[in-house]
Amino acid sequence: MAAVSAPAIEAGPGLLRQLLRRRTVMIGLVVLCAVALLALLAPWISPFSPSRLSIANRLKPPGPVYWFGTDEFGRDGFTRTLYAGRLSLLVGVSVVAFACVVGVTLGLVAGFFRRLDTPIARVIDAMMAFPDILLAIALVAALGPSLATVIVALGIVYAPRLARVVRASTLVIRELPYVEAARALGVPTWRILTRHVLRNLVSPILVQGTFIFAYAMLAEAGLSFLGVGVSPEVPTWGTMIAAGRQYVGQADWMTLFPGIAIVLSVLSLQLVGDGLRDLLDPRLRKDL
Amino acid sequence: MTRYVLQRFAGMIAVMFVVVTVVFVIVRIAPGDPASVMLGPDATAQDVASLRARLGLDRPLVVQYVLFLGQLARGDLGESIFLNRPVLSALADRAEPTFFLTIFSLLIASVIAIPVGIYSAYRRGSLFDQATTTLAMLAASIPSFWLGLLLIQFFAVRLGVLPVSGYGGPGASLATRLGHLVLPAVALGVVSSALILRFTRASMLDVLGDDYIRTARSKGMGEFRVVMKHAFKNALIPILTVLGLTAALLVSGAVVTETVFGLPGVGSLVVSAVLRRDYPVIQGALLVVAALYVIINFLIDMLYLAVDPRVRY
Repeated sequence: MAAVSAPAIEAGPGLLRQLLRRRTVMIGLVVLCAVALLALLAPWISPFSPSRLSIANRLKPPGPVYWFGTDEFGRDGFTRTLYAGRLSLLVGVSVVAFACVVGVTLGLVAGFFRRLDTPIARVIDAMMAFPDILLAIALVAALGPSLATVIVALGIVYAPRLARVVRASTLVIRELPYVEAARALGVPTWRILTRHVLRNLVSPILVQGTFIFAYAMLAEAGLSFLGVGVSPEVPTWGTMIAAGRQYVGQADWMTLFPGIAIVLSVLSLQLVGDGLRDLLDPRLRKDL
Repeated sequence: MTRYVLQRFAGMIAVMFVVVTVVFVIVRIAPGDPASVMLGPDATAQDVASLRARLGLDRPLVVQYVLFLGQLARGDLGESIFLNRPVLSALADRAEPTFFLTIFSLLIASVIAIPVGIYSAYRRGSLFDQATTTLAMLAASIPSFWLGLLLIQFFAVRLGVLPVSGYGGPGASLATRLGHLVLPAVALGVVSSALILRFTRASMLDVLGDDYIRTARSKGMGEFRVVMKHAFKNALIPILTVLGLTAALLVSGAVVTETVFGLPGVGSLVVSAVLRRDYPVIQGALLVVAALYVIINFLIDMLYLAVDPRVRY
């Protein structure tokens, strides 16, 4: 009850203003926007085609022409890093969307309907007993490796995390007087769920979604690195590092730049997620 | 106390039951026939039929499930298609590097994170606190396989002071084998230290503001004693929980790290099983790792009994 009765900041323009006042969040947002813009504008700003082969220029170190050097086929590292970002961001966004649909539905149903709570809570606990990469590997192995299955697999892996948070908040909101009042007025259950419960869950979903975005990017890179995710020919930061592994000590730039791209993206997401959590969770706010 | 133990035990059994069911379902959601997928496009109809019979896939789903439960109750995880041997013995053969890697990584992570987390909380808002909090976030953003490659580049290739990969080959002494774990354990340990650091700091902050800490100080007790004996002891439960969680996460991280360092552990066995579609091995590894996670959590719950007397009553 305490979490709900304390003054919470609603997700909206006010929240953005408060967020931007925090230096770490500001840095995170700037880096995240820069990474996203570079990835989105890749076809217009990259100097070469990501698949352009140039055997004469293979394994060239970073320089004025090839800023991030070239790989074993003479492909431009900078161009491929930008293009790989498109895919990594796409995977992150899609996994968050999938996890939201599945996780929020499960969490809402478990938290609101007492009879369904125990079985769903047990499934959530069991799903969380599997280490994320291992479960994702098993799911990709079962469904067959492709971009879509990586998204579905990671969505299944991370949905229980969201479901747990949503369930916990729903259990509290369900008992609040305005939900009781809505019930007494004969408001249909689906309307109570969407209008009264779900709207109050935006904050925890937003926070968890940001972290899931970061974890999904890390996990996708791990799967691609292991060769069990997307095809090795598709440029993702993970496949680029996997290719560079063969040239450690000879062409270190092949692993360096995609790695930095992953770290920057994940770090910026964590900074934003952390700021959001501090701001939206009244227990963590210093001003209270 | 008995009630607490029984409740936790019943919870563990219930979760294990669902874990087993989830693993059973995962292998069966494969589009098409798992036997055909495992044998590849060149397999004859007879080969596929014989593998289906061997794996019990030709029986109704409910029967398959009951047989699967019976098999597990006997400690049988099935047989690897490609290794032609029981999955349990294949996993047991690969367990040593994974076990030592997990233990060493956890040790490294704890040695870094717990003292730093305690001091960060004690010096809340200081430059040290801000720097370590930012560094922890940075560590949590680094993929362990990438850090592993950077460590190989520096310590193994450039300085030549530590082995690049492998586990020392057959017949290698324990010291040689453990020497091969230094870099992978550092890579995993540093990345995992972030979570432990943040939990240690947060739980210390929770207790450092409590009345009994003020009382201890007002009695003239030394700061070290106040922090370690009064605060840390009471902050231990969340820290123990996160240590258990981290142990499970490390097994997951080991899958990728073992591949980077060419360690012949459970992780690399799973990756090769995925590439060969050896479903019984994938299924067995998932079950063993998830069971370990559930058991570790149960043991931590039991540890609460020793750490926090309130749990006993």
